[in-house]
Amino acid sequence: MTQDNENKHNFNKLNHVAEEVLADSTKKKSIWQTMLIPALAILTGLILGAVIIISTSEEVYTGFQQSFGAGLSASWSAVANSYSSLFKGAFGDPAYIIESLRSGDALEIRRALNPFLESLVVATPYIFAGLAVALGFRAGLFNIGVEGQLFMGAIAATYVGYSIKGLPGFIHMPLALLAGAAGGAIWGFVPGWLKAKTGGHEVINTIMMNWIAFRLTEWLLTGPMTRPNAGRIPVSPIIEKSAEIPQFFKAPIRFHLGFFIALAVAYLIYWLLFKTTWGFNLRTVGANPRAAKYAGMNIARNTIMAMTISGALAGLAGANQVLAINRSMAIGLSSGYGFDSIALALLGNSHPFGVILGALFFGVLRNGATKMMVTTAIPIDIISILQALILMFVAAPAIIRAIYRIRKPKAGDEAVVFAGSWGGNK
Amino acid sequence: MASTIIQRKKIETVSPTRKLVMGIVFVVISGLILLFFALNSEAEWITTFVMNPGGLERGLAGDWVLPTSLTLYVLVGLTLGMGIYQLLRGFGKQTNAILGVVVALFVFAFLTWAAGGKSLNLGGMLSSAVLLSVPITLGAFSGVLCERAGVVNIAIEGMMLMASMVGALVGSITQSLIIGLLASIAASVLLALVHAVLSIKYKINQIISGTVINIFSAGMTSYISAKFLQRYEYLNGPPIFPRFPIPLLADIPIIGPILFNQNIFVYAMFILLIVLQVALFRTRWGLRLRSVGEHPKAADTLGINVFRTRYMAVLLGGVVAGIGGAFFTLGSVGRFDEMMTAGKGYIGLAAMVFGNWTPIGSFGAGMLFGFADSIATKLSILGTTIPPQFMSMAPYITTMIVLAGIVGKGQMPAADGEPYEKE
Repeated sequence: MTQDNENKHNFNKLNHVAEEVLADSTKKKSIWQTMLIPALAILTGLILGAVIIISTSEEVYTGFQQSFGAGLSASWSAVANSYSSLFKGAFGDPAYIIESLRSGDALEIRRALNPFLESLVVATPYIFAGLAVALGFRAGLFNIGVEGQLFMGAIAATYVGYSIKGLPGFIHMPLALLAGAAGGAIWGFVPGWLKAKTGGHEVINTIMMNWIAFRLTEWLLTGPMTRPNAGRIPVSPIIEKSAEIPQFFKAPIRFHLGFFIALAVAYLIYWLLFKTTWGFNLRTVGANPRAAKYAGMNIARNTIMAMTISGALAGLAGANQVLAINRSMAIGLSSGYGFDSIALALLGNSHPFGVILGALFFGVLRNGATKMMVTTAIPIDIISILQALILMFVAAPAIIRAIYRIRKPKAGDEAVVFAGSWGGNK
Repeated sequence: MASTIIQRKKIETVSPTRKLVMGIVFVVISGLILLFFALNSEAEWITTFVMNPGGLERGLAGDWVLPTSLTLYVLVGLTLGMGIYQLLRGFGKQTNAILGVVVALFVFAFLTWAAGGKSLNLGGMLSSAVLLSVPITLGAFSGVLCERAGVVNIAIEGMMLMASMVGALVGSITQSLIIGLLASIAASVLLALVHAVLSIKYKINQIISGTVINIFSAGMTSYISAKFLQRYEYLNGPPIFPRFPIPLLADIPIIGPILFNQNIFVYAMFILLIVLQVALFRTRWGLRLRSVGEHPKAADTLGINVFRTRYMAVLLGGVVAGIGGAFFTLGSVGRFDEMMTAGKGYIGLAAMVFGNWTPIGSFGAGMLFGFADSIATKLSILGTTIPPQFMSMAPYITTMIVLAGIVGKGQMPAADGEPYEKE
């Protein structure tokens, strides 16, 4: 191709991309269309989850030994028991809620609604972490290092939380949150910088950064940041009262301000991505770096910025957990938020509002599963299986379409699942 | 695309910056040995390296007794000499291998210093390093197979985890090592098949497909473990492959007890190393496989079935990862614990990158990472003040440095991670 031709080609491409990126922010797709695949993915995931519950239940096997009918009814009751206790665990017992509403006692109502409030509490770090992954996707980057950034954010927030004393709450708490964002941002900046300057792929680098973060945390919690008189347990000192994110009600209700901070941050990210030039540039770089380069956009700067902000969001997830819930830092801070958030960002089509919905769903799932484990002895790990299946179906809508005989939508109508390559965009 | 590959090669052999950077790296390492170890040791220190792993009657060797600071100064001189030669003349194509030697000398210097005035069982340490490197190296081999054919596989961790659980479960029920191992491989291959179908047929992002498998494996193995393995002890007690000294080879002093008095997983690693290295780079089969990873369209034009080649590569990768997973339960511990692979699959990925997507390089990197692990566990015994966590971080940091191209740009297969669309 001659230089002239190539320029022309790039120019056409650029126009096309710009149209697409613009259309993405203005076109009003029907809600039904956008939600169909995720909804069916969730449904299919739950059905397969039921199959797993049935096939690992001892009652079912003893039932089938007696008779076929007994086996079927045992299967049904195994699934019904688990999913109903998951539902009750996540939203509260409907009978109890109605009763409490009738009695009109404020305390009773709060207690009856607590399972749902707890689901929101569990969803909060998911919102931050999901936003981190989603922002990366929009910029064409795969941030698989949310877990490590979350740890660094938590460490930084904890340090500011316990080492500074005597500040008023309205300064100390935001300061600790900012420290958390900064901690995560540094951990996101490094792979972003490496990608922009050396082309080192962010997936490998963020995986490496994850493990460096885990080891660093281990060392800090057993060494410089260890709690005095805690023996050899790797745990940090407890943060100051002034650094805590306030909870709205008395214990055991843990619903806290962090949830609303998460919503506000989600709106901020939405505004940044879809209402500012910066966001437009970022999305163009993500959609087609070559065209973006031709248009004079600075790809390196966009990459670094995107990874840094993504890291900051992940750091907020960690800071939120420490400041609102745990009040100190321990090794087992995160139970896989980083990897789950990849699933929920895709579930939410990498859109901040979609991320909120996805996070609420995952919060409900995890909180419900915790209760389900107590009442039905089904290990909480079932939700990881569900999340993996849902992620698979969302990422490969062709499977869902084949199962439910849905016709292929017109080109461009379907949410484009981020599909970059290992070698980056050469 | 083909032209870019040729260009890259040309740049690599003549790049003066890289030659310079490597020379400086060697000199800096030499300086580090001088500063931290040589100047920090007492003149009368004697370092004793015990070269027998213990519990053996064959291949015995005498202890190495070295005057600490003299040894250290010799090491300073050696590394400095290599640095100066690199700066003046350059090692050319051998540069990466020399880097490996320099790093090994640095580690040796560290051990000499740390064991100054004491004795250290270097033989035992190396022997355990070989064992620790098995899952890393096998994971890296699995990655090499997949990525050379153009399929990125970050699911190695998940495949190994599943394989280790299934191996423990089946091995416990049947009390048979062979059936346990075969079950491990089958489980891993099944997940590899899922990865292959998702990424080759459905063309979904290969990293997402890998993430699916990793989350699924973590969930499924923990689920089965909590529901069955932890509750019924007889389901979690598989037999373990015993050590099996190879006749004659095990009698070689020093090398024998370290390399040839191990279990079959270690030997499988050696055999796979040779087989893969030859198959990938010296046979028509390997050429085809690599061409699919470099330029699938050209390969297709020449009549190579891109899809079938990729399926085969990913499934073979599954077999190798399955053996690596079985090592955890059937080759070392003899029981399954939740999340017991502890990121070894990811380190395997790192070893693959470090080893420049070749079996021999992956093997070297795997050994180095295994040795770092082995040192990390012994650091406290040596009584140094260096936190073991920092030692464990070393593989990750070196991988990032290698990836950044500071010590020579790796040559990733050109079409790695790109789904192939037949026109």
